[in-house]
Amino acid sequence: MSTQLRRISEGNYGVARLTPAPEHPGTFLGMPKFTKAVKDELKLPVQRKNMRNAMTTIRTKRATRVAESPDWEDLRQAAFEIKNRVERHLDHYLLQAEKSLTERGVQVHWARDGAEANQIVAEIAKSKGVDEVVKIKSITTQETDLNEYLEEQGIAAWETDLAELIVQLGHDRPSHIVVPAIHRNRAEVREIFLREMKNYGRPCPEDVSSNPPDLADAARLHLREKFLRAKVAVSGANFILADTGSLVIVESEGNGRMCLTLPDTLISIVGIEKLLPTYDDLEVFLKLLPRSATGERMNPYNSVWSGVTPGDGPQEQHVILMDNGRTNVLADPVGREVLRCIRCASCINVCPVYERAGGHAYGSVYPGPIGITLTPQLRGMQDPVDRAMPYACSLCGACNEVCPVKIPFTDIIIHVRNKVVSAEKADRFPKDPEVLGEMALMKTAAWVLGDYKHFESIMYGSRGVGRVLHHKAIGPLPVPVAERWLKYRDVQAPPTQTFRDWWKQNRTESER
Amino acid sequence: MTTTINAPSEAGRATAGGLPGTGLDVAVFITCINDVMFPQTGIAVTKLLERLGCRVHFPKEQTCCAQITTNTGYFDESMNMVRSYVKGFGDYDYVVSPSGSCTAAVRDQHPMLAQRLGDAGLQRDVAHTSKITYDLPEFLVDVLGVTDVGAYFPHRVTYHPSCHGLRLIKLGQRPYDLLKNVRGMTLVDLPAAEQCCGFGGTFCVKNYDMSATMAGDKARHVRETGAEYVVGGDNSCLLNIGGVLARENSGVKAIHLAEVLANTEED
Amino acid sequence: MDAKQEVLARIRQATTDITEKDPLVDTPVTWTYGGGIEMDDVVGTFQEKVEDYQATVVRAAHADLPTAVVDGLKATGAAESVVVPVGLDKDWVKAIESAGLTVHVDDPQLSNAQLDKTDAVVTAAAVGVADTGTIVLDHEDDQGRRALSLVPDRHVCVIRTDQIVSDVPEAVQRVKQAVHAGRPLTWISGGSATSDIELSRVDGVHGPRKLYVIIAED
Repeated sequence: MSTQLRRISEGNYGVARLTPAPEHPGTFLGMPKFTKAVKDELKLPVQRKNMRNAMTTIRTKRATRVAESPDWEDLRQAAFEIKNRVERHLDHYLLQAEKSLTERGVQVHWARDGAEANQIVAEIAKSKGVDEVVKIKSITTQETDLNEYLEEQGIAAWETDLAELIVQLGHDRPSHIVVPAIHRNRAEVREIFLREMKNYGRPCPEDVSSNPPDLADAARLHLREKFLRAKVAVSGANFILADTGSLVIVESEGNGRMCLTLPDTLISIVGIEKLLPTYDDLEVFLKLLPRSATGERMNPYNSVWSGVTPGDGPQEQHVILMDNGRTNVLADPVGREVLRCIRCASCINVCPVYERAGGHAYGSVYPGPIGITLTPQLRGMQDPVDRAMPYACSLCGACNEVCPVKIPFTDIIIHVRNKVVSAEKADRFPKDPEVLGEMALMKTAAWVLGDYKHFESIMYGSRGVGRVLHHKAIGPLPVPVAERWLKYRDVQAPPTQTFRDWWKQNRTESER
Repeated sequence: MTTTINAPSEAGRATAGGLPGTGLDVAVFITCINDVMFPQTGIAVTKLLERLGCRVHFPKEQTCCAQITTNTGYFDESMNMVRSYVKGFGDYDYVVSPSGSCTAAVRDQHPMLAQRLGDAGLQRDVAHTSKITYDLPEFLVDVLGVTDVGAYFPHRVTYHPSCHGLRLIKLGQRPYDLLKNVRGMTLVDLPAAEQCCGFGGTFCVKNYDMSATMAGDKARHVRETGAEYVVGGDNSCLLNIGGVLARENSGVKAIHLAEVLANTEED
Repeated sequence: MDAKQEVLARIRQATTDITEKDPLVDTPVTWTYGGGIEMDDVVGTFQEKVEDYQATVVRAAHADLPTAVVDGLKATGAAESVVVPVGLDKDWVKAIESAGLTVHVDDPQLSNAQLDKTDAVVTAAAVGVADTGTIVLDHEDDQGRRALSLVPDRHVCVIRTDQIVSDVPEAVQRVKQAVHAGRPLTWISGGSATSDIELSRVDGVHGPRKLYVIIAED
C-alpha cells in the first residue's frame, strides 16, 4: 500500500529517506552570502514577477485592514510596551509560565540550544514508539532543523501546512515566514504534487488541474490519513500566556487544529521570548497580528489551550522553552528590541530588497528586515553569511513604519553592522579582500572627511586628474567602486568647480 | 516676484524688511557630495535663501554628515566628521541642508554616536546642532512659512520623495506644496513613489546588482510619467536614478528641488 | 548546571542593566483593556463580516431554531449523518432525527475515523465578534470537544444575539472565566482557508469547508 511509511531514494539524491530531502543540507549551511546568492535570484524573471505581484497584493490588503482600525497606533504602542515588559523581565515570566503550565499537566523542558530541543523531541517521540510525527508550521523548528534531525533518528516529520507541504515535497526551503512557498507558482505546485505525493502517502489525482482549489483538495486528501493516524504532533506557538499557562496558535487551514487536537501527545517548541504576561494581553495581539500578517480582520482559526483538557485533545503535553541564541540578543540593549517580534512578516512584505531577492538568498530561515537583524544576533557574527546579512538593506525604512511592535529596524541594522565591523576588526585571520578594501576605504573617508583641511587638500589635489574608466570620467572614485557603479549607470563628468570654489569667488563674507 | 508670507514671529528677529527671511542668519550645510559633485545645488540653495531675505553663511569647517561610515557600521570612523559638524555649525541657530538623508543623519545618528562614545561635551553639542538642522523644505515651510518662493520652471516634472525625506524626517506634503506653486510647471504623480531607488549609500556598491535592479524599476516608473525632469531632495538618489535614465538614453533628467525652486522667470 | 538554571542565568546576566525588578513599575502599559467599538448595529455588522468570509448566515426566532438547524444541514449538503455534543438543545436533536438524518451524540466519544465519516456537526457558541466576524467556542457541553467542530466537513453553528459583542477585547473578557477554568478556546472566522498558492484564497482545506451560522433572535 502506497500510504505506508517507507524509505524512498527517488528524488533524494540517491539516499533512501522517510521524507523528501531538502536541497541544501543543514540550516542553510554552506550557502553563499547574500551578496553572491542574490545574483542568481535576480536572474529568475518568473520568480521576480510572482514575488512582485504577491507582495503588492499583501501590502495592499494590510494597508486596507489597518486603515479600518482607528486605534492602530494605540495598539502598536500597547504591544510595544507589553513585549518590552516581557523581554526586560524574562526570567520572572518564564518561571510563572512554567508554574502555570505544570499546574495544567504540561511537562515543561528547557533547552539551551536547538540541538538540545531536537533531542528532547526525539526522545519523547521514541518513548511513544512512533516512527512519524505531524507538524504544525513552525519557524522555530526550522531554526533548529528539527525535521532533518528526526530523519536521522528514523522518525518522519510530516509538514501539514499547505505551503510547508509544497516546500517539503519540493525538496526546497521556505522563502517567507508566513507564506513559505510564495516563490512557487501553481504549475510548479501541480508538478511537485504529481511527482512526489505518491512516494510519501496518498497520491495526487493524476487529472489534477493547476487551479489552487484543486491543489488544496489534493493536499487535504493526502494529509487526512496522516492526521487520523498520527500519535504525536509537534508545534511551535505564537504566544504563551504566563498567568494561565495557555498556548496560542493562530492559523488558517485547520491543519494546526488537527495536529493539536487529534494525536495523543503534543510537543511544542517555543522560543523563550514568545511570552505574554497575561491572558488579557491577548486582545492586543489578536487585533494586530492577523491584520499585519495576512491583511485579514481575523485569520480563520485561533486555538487557545491551557494544558491537558480531560476528554479533549492530547492527554500528554510537552512544552520546550528554547534559548538558541535569544539570550545573546537580550544581552544587547539596542539589539534586544527585535525580541518583541511576533513573526507577522509585515516588514518582509514591504521590503524592496526581499521582494526582488526572494527569501532564499539570505541564508536564514528569517529573511528580510527581521532576518537580517535577528539572525546575526542569534547565531553570532563569525560566519561570512551572517556578516553579509545586515548589509542586504538600502535603509529605506519602510519596515519601521509597518511593524506592529514598533521595532526600529534601520537603527538596529546599523547597530548590527557596527558589530560586524567590530568582529572583522578583531579577526586575527586573513580577511576577505572585499572586507580589506572596505576597511581601507572607510579609513580613508574618516581621514579625508574628518577635517576640512584634508577634504580641501584632496579636492584640489585630485582636480584635473581626470581619471577615466570605460570612456567615462570617474573623478576621485576608487576604480572598483566606479566599476560597479558604471555597470548599470552613466555618470556626468564631475564639475570643474566645487561649491567651496564658487563660494570663495562669489561670496566675500568673512567668518561670522 | 510674489511671495506668500506666513512666517511665525521669532524672538530676536528683525522682520521689518518684509521678506520672510529678513534678519535671519542661516548657515548652509552643503554636504560633501554636493560640494564636489553637485555645486549647482549648493549655489541654488544659497541664491534661494538670499532671495528670501536670509543672510547665508558657509562655515568652512563642514565636511560630511558621516552617513557613509555610520551606515556601513564604522562608528569610530564617523567621530571626526561629527566633531567637524559641531565645530562648523555650533554657533548658529539655523542650519539648512539640501539633503534629507544628511539631515536625518545629523538629527538621529549624531546623538547616538556621541552617546555611544560617552563624551558628555559632544553630547551637549550635538543636542544643539541636531535640533537646529533643517532640510530645505522644512526650513522654507516651517521656519520661513512660505510655500510659494516665486519660482518658474516651465516643464513637466515628477517628484521622487526619497526614503529619508518620506519616512525618516517625514517631509510629508511640504515638497509638493512648494512644487505646486512653481509657475509654468506641470507636476505629475510618480507611480510607487514610496519605493526606494536602491541607492542606500555603500549598499549600491556592496549589493550592486540588487541596487541596479531597484534603480531600474524606479527609472521605469519615472519614464511612465512622461516627465522631462525627475525632481528630488537628495542628490545621491538622483545620481542613482539619473545614472540609469542616462544609460537608457531616456532623455529624462534628474534635478534637485533646490535648483527648481531657485529658478525664476529672469533666469 | 541543568538547562533551566543555565538559561535563567544567561537571562539574568543579559539584563543586569535593568535595575527595577517589578515589571509593572519598570514597564507601564498604557492600554485600556476590554474596550469595545461604538457601532450602530452590532448583530448586523457581525452578520456582514461573517458573510465576507463566504460563510452563510441566517437569522431565526428562538421558536424556529429546530427548523433552521435542519435547513442549515440540508443547505450545506449533509445527507446522512450528524454528530452533536452532549449538551446540544434536545429540540434541535429531535428535529434533525425527524428529518431522517442519523444523529451521533458524542457520548461515548466517536473515534477520529468515525468523525471523519460523519457529514456534519451542529454546535452552539460562546461569543461572536462583530468587528472581525469571529465565532468563539469555549467548548462547553453545547459545543463539545474540539475535534467535533473540526473533522466533519460541515459546521452548523447557532449563536444568540446576546452573545455577540463589538470587538475582540470584549470577547476576550467574556471567555476569560472559561480559560481560567482550564477550558480551551477555538476562534473561528469563516471556514478553513489558505492563500498559500500565489496568495489566491481557497476556502476549505482541513477544517469544515462549509460554515453555516444561525443567529438566534429573541
